[in-house]
Amino acid sequence: MAQQPTNTLDIIEHFGPSLAYSSGTRLDRGVEPDAVVKTHCCFCGQQCGIQLKVKENEIIGFEPWTEFPFNKGMLCPKGVKRYLQGSHPDRLLSAQQRDPNAPGGFRAIGYDDAIRQTADAIARIQSVHGNDAMGMLSGASLTTEKTYLMGKFARVCLKTPYIDYNGRLCMVSAGAGNKKAFGIDRAANPWTDIVGSEVVWISGANVAECAPITTNYVWQAREQGAKIIVVDPRITPIARTCDLFLPVKPGRDIALFNGVLQLMIENDWLDHDFIEQHTVGFDALAQSVQAWTPARTAEVTGIAERSIRQAAEWWGTASTSFLMHARGIEHHSHGVQNVLGAINIVLASGRIGRKNCGYATITGQANGQGGREHGQKCDQLPGARDLVNPEHRAHVAKVWDVSPDDLPGPGVDAYELFRKIDRGEIRGLLSLCFNPLVSLPDSNFVRRMLDKLDFYVAIDFFLNDTARHADIVLPGSLQEEDEGTVTQIEGRVIKINQAVEPPGDAKQDWRIMQDIAAALGRTHGFTFESSREIFDELRHASRGGVADYYGITWEKIEQQYGVCWPCPSEDHPGTPRLFEPGTPNPIAGDAGPFYFPDGKARFNVAEYSAPKEDVDAEYPVILTTGRVVSQFLSGTQTRRIGPLVDQYPEPRVEIHPQLAAKLGVVEGDWTTVTSRRGEIVLKAQVVKTIRPDTVFVPYHWAGNKSINRLTIAAQDPISKIPEYKVCAVRLSKAAGPPTEN
Amino acid sequence: MPVPADKFFFIDANRCIGCQSCVQACSECDTHKGHSMIHLEYVNRRESPQTLPVVCMHCDSPTCAEVCPADAIKRTEDGVVQSARKPRCIACNNCVLACPFGVPKMETSMELMMKCDMCYDRTSVGKKPMCATVCPSGALHFGTMAEMEAMRPLSRPINQFQFGAQTIHTKVRMMVPKHSAITHLDVADGMFDSETADDGDAMLSAAVFELPIL
Repeated sequence: MAQQPTNTLDIIEHFGPSLAYSSGTRLDRGVEPDAVVKTHCCFCGQQCGIQLKVKENEIIGFEPWTEFPFNKGMLCPKGVKRYLQGSHPDRLLSAQQRDPNAPGGFRAIGYDDAIRQTADAIARIQSVHGNDAMGMLSGASLTTEKTYLMGKFARVCLKTPYIDYNGRLCMVSAGAGNKKAFGIDRAANPWTDIVGSEVVWISGANVAECAPITTNYVWQAREQGAKIIVVDPRITPIARTCDLFLPVKPGRDIALFNGVLQLMIENDWLDHDFIEQHTVGFDALAQSVQAWTPARTAEVTGIAERSIRQAAEWWGTASTSFLMHARGIEHHSHGVQNVLGAINIVLASGRIGRKNCGYATITGQANGQGGREHGQKCDQLPGARDLVNPEHRAHVAKVWDVSPDDLPGPGVDAYELFRKIDRGEIRGLLSLCFNPLVSLPDSNFVRRMLDKLDFYVAIDFFLNDTARHADIVLPGSLQEEDEGTVTQIEGRVIKINQAVEPPGDAKQDWRIMQDIAAALGRTHGFTFESSREIFDELRHASRGGVADYYGITWEKIEQQYGVCWPCPSEDHPGTPRLFEPGTPNPIAGDAGPFYFPDGKARFNVAEYSAPKEDVDAEYPVILTTGRVVSQFLSGTQTRRIGPLVDQYPEPRVEIHPQLAAKLGVVEGDWTTVTSRRGEIVLKAQVVKTIRPDTVFVPYHWAGNKSINRLTIAAQDPISKIPEYKVCAVRLSKAAGPPTEN
Repeated sequence: MPVPADKFFFIDANRCIGCQSCVQACSECDTHKGHSMIHLEYVNRRESPQTLPVVCMHCDSPTCAEVCPADAIKRTEDGVVQSARKPRCIACNNCVLACPFGVPKMETSMELMMKCDMCYDRTSVGKKPMCATVCPSGALHFGTMAEMEAMRPLSRPINQFQFGAQTIHTKVRMMVPKHSAITHLDVADGMFDSETADDGDAMLSAAVFELPIL
């Protein structure tokens, strides 16, 4: 029974989002904090160092941490105001039980009672419908310790294959592409390699808004003579001062990469020695791109031919370079192919594994990297091991003290998990750090699936939009209320330090998971007394894997300002740059530097295909979605922080003046955007900084402001990432504002 | 302790990404918690994402102080132009209207003009101002001339501005391209003949650097 207990406005009145501003001690001048805790921001994958000021178990403000090498005190507005998520009026201070008669639809119950009810419901579902009838959704904003425990909990405690995580909406296309080409899934270089490179190529990455500190690296490179190439359907702030802007039509990135590779071949801008010695598959690839003449590439990508030629020449003739991409090329039904296309032009240039010769995907979430390595992914075991590989299963089963035969096989991706609910195969759901009602595409479907569940338990610190459907809500912990590690954008493992205790009945998430295990009477493997104990087990579980954390200790992290994996032994300093001679490589050994038995990287033919839902006469405009700088992901935290909400209060639809003129829409007009799945009414922002055939809407909002009610649930066949970046819509001028929720 | 004489505040509008980190961080500064003294302007959002952080330029002869009938605005020995002194400020708005850079804001609820005092609580103890510490793109920087020269080989700092007949020297430096010509713009150059005309682009791309610079 996982329907929303009462109407949304009633829930919002009692559980928020409401807006927090500084008040009380936080506004007092000259307050001496009890402690100043060095830690990291709770939001994006850059994981900026920050110092939190604590007074009487409350975070009252921050002080920049200028010594932390990655950001040197720099912060984006989210980092500046992040402390306002603490002591928030919406904070869940006790467990909640669904009760349509209670104000706001939920009533507070005792923590132990909530755990007991949760365990009883899980036991009931599993005894009637089998272990596989329970599903779990987890997230990559959690510490690595928690993500590890979530994967272990699914396989060992619930014995269900059905766990997946919100990195499915984020890093999986890049991960799959990297594994196919390099055999390893991690940014290949430290960010310092950006500065000093001759060409920086940025594809599908709104760097200034989604990874703001990276802007400084890119622009410092430009200051020292680098040419910056930006490929994007919008002139984002990073594009404003680039040297070459390629306004790609959404969904056509492979065509561009293939076209550029064809020009590199034609002009012999190739590193033949590198291709010969360190790669396989170039000839087949070369054959496959022959048809991508500049003229055809221009026609398909919607980019002027001269710009394509210029980009290929700069890329082809550079002696050092850094290529980075993000969700712009990855959120596609052919996201993996896009990534492979990007990697192909890097490998063909031979510019990788050296100083200022770099390649990276820009991770999204705080632990977008670590969260995809240690087993909360549906097909994975710790250490980036494979759930289908018998040796990998045996290694992890030994660490977990279970029989390899008892480990379930691979499950399904997060969206497929909802389809299994539709088919009645999954009856119960446990979620932590995931707000699928806002973040998954075609979210009207997701809402209907939540309604179908027999039982749903959500763990969160606020009642997020999805948790409104829960039978039981368990009060979890904020990032600053626990300690542990995360792995940031460069593959650097860093330490989150606890600043305050969880308030009220709120508990650290790993303790909640262990309490459920205990109430189920399945304590084996879930008796950790601290996060550090979890980390120590994780070190052993990852030992010898590609993502080897064995040599990383919390002490080493503090001493070195982080340790980059792989780090196979305690005397190893870690590996900031991959693919150099001598880097730890459990697959190739000395044959390296790539992570295949022969040590060679793979070229992969990147087949072009159009987006799943192309425009037509009925839906003639491309909708693409993304983020704004002042909000983060599904907004569970940032929609509750007043100054961030004030900065950009609600989503607007960006429309080019040419399209606006056709629609009769002017700046600020209420505009209806309709797809085959839903419609939304938004204010128009008429700007020349977007392609006239495309409109853009950011996705951080819920209910009638949620653009994911319109997006399509098309997925990449390999990575299963949803196609957030392209679907077909039509627009018209609206009569007036939308109704409330 | 004064603001160190060898440290300068630099604004490099070319690097601004419009994130408002400076605006948000300013209100965390201990001397005026809860109030930001910075505003961020889009030059012309329809045409470009170009933004500009507007912070006090700390003029050598501050027009705001010159026009203040209550003598409420003081300039310190080390060149920092301070917020209006509360007992003196009569909230007449003269400073708001007169500032050539459009900096001061009137807090009507407090009947007080408030503006940037270069984080005196921080800069006087050897720290950088809050905004120039957090700025993620290097649009605001606090440091020495030599440091800036090394970091921005393509730009040069200026601190002399021409507004009609008035020449203004400022403590704050603005970074402009090293080799650009010094130009005075005619407002008419930037006017649009029609909605669809594109000739505005030239004005726009030049706007930030071709402010009335002497």
